[in-house]
Amino acid sequence: MLKRLFAAREARDIVIVIAAALLLWEGGVRLFHPSPLILPAPSAILSNFLATPGVYLRNLGFTLTMTCVGFALAVVLGVLLAVVIVSSPLIERTVYTLLVALNSIPKVALAPLFVIWMGTGTEPKIAIALMLAIFPIVIDMVLGLRSVDPDMLNLARVSKASPLSILVKIRFPCALPSLFAGMKVAISFALVGAIVGEFVAGSQGLGFQILMAQGQFDTVSVFVSLVLLGLFGTALFFAVDYAEGLLLPWHVSHRSRQSDAGSK
Amino acid sequence: MEIGSRRGADIHVAIQKVGKVYASPRGPVPALVDVDLDIHAGEFVSIVGPSGCGKSTLLKLVAGLEEASSGRILIEGHSLGGPPDNLGVVFQRDVLLDWRTILDNVLLSVEFRGKPTDRDRERASALLARFGLGAFERRFPWELSGGMRQRASICRALLTDPRLLLMDEPFGALDAMTRDDLNIELARIWQETRKTLLFITHSIAEAVFLSDRVVMMGRSPGMVVDTITIDLPRPRSLVVRESADFAHYVARIRHHFAELGIVKE
Repeated sequence: MLKRLFAAREARDIVIVIAAALLLWEGGVRLFHPSPLILPAPSAILSNFLATPGVYLRNLGFTLTMTCVGFALAVVLGVLLAVVIVSSPLIERTVYTLLVALNSIPKVALAPLFVIWMGTGTEPKIAIALMLAIFPIVIDMVLGLRSVDPDMLNLARVSKASPLSILVKIRFPCALPSLFAGMKVAISFALVGAIVGEFVAGSQGLGFQILMAQGQFDTVSVFVSLVLLGLFGTALFFAVDYAEGLLLPWHVSHRSRQSDAGSK
Repeated sequence: MEIGSRRGADIHVAIQKVGKVYASPRGPVPALVDVDLDIHAGEFVSIVGPSGCGKSTLLKLVAGLEEASSGRILIEGHSLGGPPDNLGVVFQRDVLLDWRTILDNVLLSVEFRGKPTDRDRERASALLARFGLGAFERRFPWELSGGMRQRASICRALLTDPRLLLMDEPFGALDAMTRDDLNIELARIWQETRKTLLFITHSIAEAVFLSDRVVMMGRSPGMVVDTITIDLPRPRSLVVRESADFAHYVARIRHHFAELGIVKE
């Protein structure tokens, strides 16, 4: 369904709505002259970006790298953890319960601890992104691995399938739609983690940039960073969504696209 | 391993004094009590009964998916420990894997044991063609109707050419016309292959149409209440269902269930 946003008609609608909102914003600022400390005009935000695009893009690149590395690690570790959890009732009772309990801690509050442990380099940023992103992945993957039709498993047992081949041929593919649901939540969390990491300690990234701008009451610069985060956060989400469409053409949520494509 | 040859070599499945008790928070619940049933090699036996009579439980016991609490089940003279060799199973839901083509779904049971050979592929194609799915080999399950999907799941069960086929209400989720089609196809396939077939249904008409013998089960606890031999000529076509004999068998089974208070007349 989300992919259909890219369909020409809907893309046009979105562009119209965003353009109208920007015009309203620009017009409002020019009409009422709020303090630029409170709300700068879109044109001011754009010209601020165009004045030093290199600085913003370098910081953006750093933040996105932290996000993607943290996210990738979260996917790998999260899937492994989920497989281990599902494989044994004992581990499920202990590790999974512990994980759910840990998940209820506001994880952002742990960020300073990571700085103490790992310093102010890239490691704590990746670690915080990983920590935020891994929970939805583990929880959804466990759900997915468990949601196999019991008769499918009965069939495998009658065919004398080994536990490994049941995992590879049945459980894992069955869990992929759940995994992607978790990944779509996780990618946004990873971005939050990277920014929090940069807030807590660091000298690079959009989080750092925002903090610097705040110190100088440079509201325009804060807005530039926010707009960039919004744009690229959305792009990351759609990248995961696109990967899902490529990998799971058989899944219910993607079938309608194919038939739509066929009818147009 | 025991050899139980005293009851004759042609007994394929011997169910002897089998009981099954499930644990529940309110204490043990008996699902099956003292079930005795011999199924001969090449025989088509249906089990018919109301929901909750334990007929699916009995099938799971014969499939080696669950263990009997008492009594024993012998398959070809050997007592059961886990799923027996040479077994095919069809469930009410077709449980085809959505990400595999129909052909690859049929090949699944072979794939669990190793890489499918060209011979397996040829066999799978031939089976699909015989069930009218030749043109759909490369399609995905979600592109097929319910009846076609269930045909594919029957092909999957038949691929390894099992001697014993267990079917748990395989046509229960299909519309009446598709169900008639599949009844005829199943009767034809059974006629050609003469597999031992244990078929579970809650349709009395379906059981009478397909079977050599109909086993009637009652509920709470599940037990066999009667066994009726269906002496209708084979091969059977749907015309059989208009015959007086057919109506007589169906009425007899229905009356019997009514006497037991299981169905209302």
